[in-house]
Amino acid sequence: MIGRFERDVPPSATDLVLRDIRGPSALSGGWRRLWELSYLLATTDFKRAYFGTALGYLWSVARPLLLFAVLLEVFTHVFRLGAQVEHYPVFLLFNMVLFGFFQESSSTAVPSIVGQEGIVRKTQFPRLAIPLAVVLTALFNLVLNLVVVFVFILVFGVSPTWTWLLLPVIIAMMFVITLAVSMIVSSLYPRFRDIGIIWTVFVTALFYATPVLYPIERVEATSHRLGQVIALNPFSPILELARKWIISPDAPAPGSAAAGGPVRLAISLAITVVICVMAVWVFRREAPRIAEAL
Amino acid sequence: MSDPLSVEGTRAGGSQSRRARLRAAPILIEVRELEKTFVIPDRRVDTLKERVVHPLRKVEYRELRALRGISFDVHQGEFFGIVGRNGSGKSTLLKVLASIYRADAGRIRMAGRLAPFIELGVGFNPELTARENVVLNGVMMGLGRRAAARRLDSVLDFAELREFVDLKLKNYSSGMMVRLAFAVMVQANADVMLVDEVLAVGDAAFGQKCMDVFRERRQSGKTLVLVTHDMATVQAYCDRAMLIHDGEQRFLGDPEEAALRYYRLNFGGRQPGTANGAGADGERADVSLLDVWLEDLAGARLADVQEGQSFRFNVLVEARADLKSPTLGFELLNVDDVSVFGFGTTLEKADGVSRRLAAGERLRVSAEIDNRLVPGRYSVLCSISRSGTRGDDALRDVRIADFLVKGEDPMPGMIFVRARVDASVER
Repeated sequence: MIGRFERDVPPSATDLVLRDIRGPSALSGGWRRLWELSYLLATTDFKRAYFGTALGYLWSVARPLLLFAVLLEVFTHVFRLGAQVEHYPVFLLFNMVLFGFFQESSSTAVPSIVGQEGIVRKTQFPRLAIPLAVVLTALFNLVLNLVVVFVFILVFGVSPTWTWLLLPVIIAMMFVITLAVSMIVSSLYPRFRDIGIIWTVFVTALFYATPVLYPIERVEATSHRLGQVIALNPFSPILELARKWIISPDAPAPGSAAAGGPVRLAISLAITVVICVMAVWVFRREAPRIAEAL
Repeated sequence: MSDPLSVEGTRAGGSQSRRARLRAAPILIEVRELEKTFVIPDRRVDTLKERVVHPLRKVEYRELRALRGISFDVHQGEFFGIVGRNGSGKSTLLKVLASIYRADAGRIRMAGRLAPFIELGVGFNPELTARENVVLNGVMMGLGRRAAARRLDSVLDFAELREFVDLKLKNYSSGMMVRLAFAVMVQANADVMLVDEVLAVGDAAFGQKCMDVFRERRQSGKTLVLVTHDMATVQAYCDRAMLIHDGEQRFLGDPEEAALRYYRLNFGGRQPGTANGAGADGERADVSLLDVWLEDLAGARLADVQEGQSFRFNVLVEARADLKSPTLGFELLNVDDVSVFGFGTTLEKADGVSRRLAAGERLRVSAEIDNRLVPGRYSVLCSISRSGTRGDDALRDVRIADFLVKGEDPMPGMIFVRARVDASVER
């Protein structure tokens, strides 16, 4: 038996080099592991959400469409905005689907780490995988919704342009800021449970403070001050670009006078950068001890 | 810290040279001066409002020093036990080793691939199928998706659940679930396995199967770090053991000795982590435990017992205060904590009159047991009464021994009862 023990030492014995173990972190195990885990968590989550229900994928599309129908009715017939904005219905639908991605991701991300308490407290894995998986799941939804959006865009007679090819850029920008916000809220939630209560209200407020229902130049025209504030919103330039590239090439570009001017654009971009830096900083700080805070 | 080789050998032949070999094997885990303190707010402040409304109120924190200067090495191929009572810090240590908690100070270095199992089937999602769960679990543990999918086959074969691969886990029986979870653990095939009380779930046969598999893996140089308060497992399987009490390393070395020291701590009565300070082991009790062991009828010490092999159970205690008429009672429990039988005695003089035990005197109790126990794990509880009347206990139901009864076949019931059975054909 002893002889066998000697002989059966695996070949790895030669490269058994001691490495320092520093405990859990946002990225422990490297990027590859983070990506594989997040992707798998997201796809299983996505499958579960749609294969478990009778109407499956239809729900993913039906939810924004129903809300869209209500808002379209209100804004074209009650507020008469529809008549003054080119392709208003698809503009509205597209914006809602884009903002809905942020709304869905961040709201799901808030309790996500606490909800995965079982694995956070008992296994070792890159902590960032949890919020990243949440955002990825929402991204799959977004892509499916965008298919429907483009059907409507064609039906409503918007003519295709080469700038449609820039759609991935818009999605990427939405993804980055959404991930950053999700990282912040999910890692702070274990210590500040209030975020759960505030967040719904905050996102609703942000929805109205973002040019989703209305184009930025309409606000500029009616109330300059309000327009100035809205132009600071990090989501404003993204939605403005989306409108210009996909729906109305003549729409004001971000930074143009009609969209609040270059200074406002710069501030809005600065806010985005601050959010991203903060996300990395907060998450890196919280991740090592998050298992203890649960 | 005592040298493991200097401790009187009580194990089967060959273990001495095995230990020498292990000491020469490369180190896989090196822990130095590990410290971990949990900061626990006395009133948990969870909300912003509380911070805003009482910004100046200092949140009062209590510090719980869960680990205080732990240092040890684990060599390749070694089975290393970490033992201690509830709240002693042993699980915290495992979680720090597993990178679930971050240490405050000290250094950990490891070699090879590590697979921690803090709980059987952790992260299993009842809404997913066995296939999805096994792959997810593999990726969670750091395998690539392809490697995790490849591992699926060996897991299913081991668990013998191939036909249920696409069944959702919520529809699994608890037995199937345990089998799957265990297969996942075994097939992780890491260089170092960290296991916490996993064997406490399931029945004795399952626990033994687990250890047999681990032992098989040991032949190929796999290393196991096992956290438990089951001394029978430690004594039967571990090469070395560490005893932790109040976050301090109290002993490192021979598993028999670690188990004995653990029982001595039990005699002290105090639960760790509740009171701070207090003195040495066993100071608060009127009796302290010096030794407890099993021996065969020829007087040789035993780690575990074969089925049907009668043995003597020995306890050596020392009185810390005068005991008027010490009465000792023992109860033997099986793995399900069911009482199997009890025995006891009162200290008597030759004429049958009870005798007092003065402080400092030692008392040895030796019980010869006609072993009818079915194979499995057993533990012994001890109660000591000062005067023989109820309610005057120096100790009550303190666990002082764990042992295995080894046998080939599992048997139903708790004990063998000889039955003479005849079968004949009636005309």
